[in-house]
Amino acid sequence: MDQYSTIVSGFGGQGVILTGKIIARTGMEEGLEVTWLPSYGPEMRGGTANCTAIISSKLIGSPVVKEPSSLIAFNKPSLDKFGPSVQQDGVIVLNSSLIDDFSLDKSHKVVLLPVNELAKDLGNQKVINMVALGGWSKATGKLSLSALKKGMKLTLEESGKERFVDINQKALEKGYETAKEGIKASSV
Amino acid sequence: MGEKKLMRGNEAIAEAAIRAGCRNYFAYPITPQAELLQWMAEHMPEKENGTFLQAESEIGAISMVYGAASTGERTMTSSSSPGISLKQEGISYLAGSELPAVIVNIMRGGPGVGNIQPAQADYFQATKGGGHGDYRLIVLAPSTVPEAAELTFEAFNLADEYRNPVILLADGMIGQMMEPVELPSPVDTSDLQPKPWATTGTDGRDSNTIRSFAMGAEALKSINRDLQGKYENIKKAETRYEEIGVDDPDVLLVAFGTVARIARTTRRLAEEQGINLGIFRPITLWPFPGDRLAELSKKVDTVLTVEMNAGQMVEDVRLSVNSEINTPFYGEQGGVVPDPGRILQEVKKYV
Amino acid sequence: MSEEAVAENTKEMKKVFDRPESLNDQQFSYCPGCHHGVINRLIAEAIDELGIQDTTVGTAPVGCSVFLYKWFDIDVIQPAHGRVSAVATGAKRARPDLTVFAYQGDGDFASIGTNNSTHAANRGENITTFFINNTLYGMTGGEMAPTTLIGQKTTTTPQGRTAKDYGYPIKMSEMLAELDGPTYITRQAVYDPKRIDKARTAIKKAFRFQMEDEGYSLIEFLSACPINWGMDPVEANERIKKEVEEVYPLGDIIERS
Ligand SMILES: Cc1ncc(C[n+]2csc(CCOP(=O)(O)OP(=O)(O)O)c2C)c(N)n1
Ligand code: SF4
Repeated sequence: MDQYSTIVSGFGGQGVILTGKIIARTGMEEGLEVTWLPSYGPEMRGGTANCTAIISSKLIGSPVVKEPSSLIAFNKPSLDKFGPSVQQDGVIVLNSSLIDDFSLDKSHKVVLLPVNELAKDLGNQKVINMVALGGWSKATGKLSLSALKKGMKLTLEESGKERFVDINQKALEKGYETAKEGIKASSV
Repeated sequence: MGEKKLMRGNEAIAEAAIRAGCRNYFAYPITPQAELLQWMAEHMPEKENGTFLQAESEIGAISMVYGAASTGERTMTSSSSPGISLKQEGISYLAGSELPAVIVNIMRGGPGVGNIQPAQADYFQATKGGGHGDYRLIVLAPSTVPEAAELTFEAFNLADEYRNPVILLADGMIGQMMEPVELPSPVDTSDLQPKPWATTGTDGRDSNTIRSFAMGAEALKSINRDLQGKYENIKKAETRYEEIGVDDPDVLLVAFGTVARIARTTRRLAEEQGINLGIFRPITLWPFPGDRLAELSKKVDTVLTVEMNAGQMVEDVRLSVNSEINTPFYGEQGGVVPDPGRILQEVKKYV
Repeated sequence: MSEEAVAENTKEMKKVFDRPESLNDQQFSYCPGCHHGVINRLIAEAIDELGIQDTTVGTAPVGCSVFLYKWFDIDVIQPAHGRVSAVATGAKRARPDLTVFAYQGDGDFASIGTNNSTHAANRGENITTFFINNTLYGMTGGEMAPTTLIGQKTTTTPQGRTAKDYGYPIKMSEMLAELDGPTYITRQAVYDPKRIDKARTAIKKAFRFQMEDEGYSLIEFLSACPINWGMDPVEANERIKKEVEEVYPLGDIIERS
């Protein structure tokens, strides 16, 4: 696989950092080269947070990307900031619970996921990020659902959070299933 | 070598130090290396008499290093640019007293408080002697997270072997990013070479002193001569670099640390346009691999240096290569990370 | 802290809804429930009331309050971490006609800068010092400070601070009160209207001492850092009342003039 880069962006507390780590962790488990780079600094306090995860079958040069292959945007400011830079034919997973109006000009593959409502259905608001990641898996086809489940499990276990594995698995599945219906081109 | 782990640069450096037998770590918090302290706070093996101590300041921390290193124990401190400036007094004393110690600088933008974004603007400070007096530090510059772990481990060996402080010079990007790391297996600290010079209590032997003080010009001259002799040995034995595609390049690019890895992407982009971009990456910034660079420069018309500063290593590049050739410089400052495509534009000026 | 929260806390005061002249028309970027914002505002109000906006020079320490130069419409110097008391000394000695204040976090004042803070106090420098004690390092990610309480968990004391490793919470105000140099030292809090009122009086008093050439004053504030304490703003206020004040009692410590 050529280099595939993903920017995950949202408010602090939406699980942005973890989502990116799980992409990297899963990629590593699949035998790929990976990098993960957070935005860091005081602006993270209560403000927006983002990170970049790259997976590739070849050595990764720059961990910073100007034009990511895909974007997971949890809020409007994130979409405004990174949406326009996503590559032609790239994937954008949008949190449609918080983003209702948007316009993108390139031929992006856009997945609208009401992650807040979907997470609420699962009974846990914290898992919005895994719902989105499930959708990302479906839309990009870069890491399979089962691989991500495993990567997520390992990541949570390594930080002593085993007890959340089940609910996060359900969230990944939910996002994956829902995205099946919701993928459209961005001329919406 | 153990299994692969996905780690942040700061964490990988901390863990590699512990595995290298570092049992004394003193530091003061600063971004972007805060995770290094946090890792040490959690993982320093207390059962093996390990010490993690958050000092009252960087001056305190480096002086604690001076004390712990005097007892012959493997010792480390870490900080980022403004904190490293405060440590310069202690570093000069460590060098003058020939104490082994490892100092990690996760560089950020300066001067002054600057910001917390990655930069390489402390090259001069690290390689030309940031404190007073004629001294040298061994300066290691990793360009990836796994290499940061590897060089940290190696830094302790070099420090002990030469009784000299070693700086690991990385930047905020390497400190903050995660990559898969294969950690070195832990050393058994009881297997380390004994240090007969250390202040451990005489216990029957003649007494030892650790000092940089020498009364009288002749005495200090002789100490300095010995130091310079040691530095010559280090130059001969420890100069390290990496070369990529240097057989017949159109342009030779010189870069260290983060910029060198970014340049790999530039090299790929260049290839697509039929340009052969060679990369020369100094791994030891002191001793600087100038002789090898001089040889390579004979094959090209242009040696382009790229750094995240206003042009520091480029001075060593220009001192090393034939003065007939082009030695342009391209740099970004203030925490801006150069873009691979932008570097390619620079390269193309010289093809 | 948000405007509403300030307003809520200062319900009974008049003039609350006006922005002090000495503050710029800017939203603070402190976390919700952070007391830095309340303290900044009280200082600005005091500057207004004393009519010294044009002759005051402030300092913006490295720490969460580094943006003080953005919030205040006065001249501001931004010193190195820990050096605020010495920098304020320099400015005041160079221009004794100015009113100079040092604003310092507990990392700044009580750890890296202790030598500078102590000697400024001992010389009885004619400056006004605000020392914000939130029992840890806010900006760098919640590490231990010398003011951290015994047992308090921070990112560098994951098991809680122990006296064996780090000694006891440092009592800078009491320590400095032992010296002959300082004129006025007091400890204040801003978690309710009554406390805010007292703090306001103390700030004005401290500035007046400087204006009347009476020498060094220090106001220590017990300040909330909800984000690094892992609490909501209300719990954080409660923590100050129940735990922090136990170790750091409020009130005037010395007043000599
Ligand atoms: C010489 C130096 N060392 C360390 C730092 C990193 N640093 C920035 S702010 C800070 C401490 C913040 O704590 P405090 O002074 O208590 O202020 P708060 O953020 O809690 O208001 C530190 C250690 C620095 N900027 N310069
Ligand atoms: S981290 Fe703490 S001190 Fe800093 S702004 Fe937030 S609440 Fe205030």
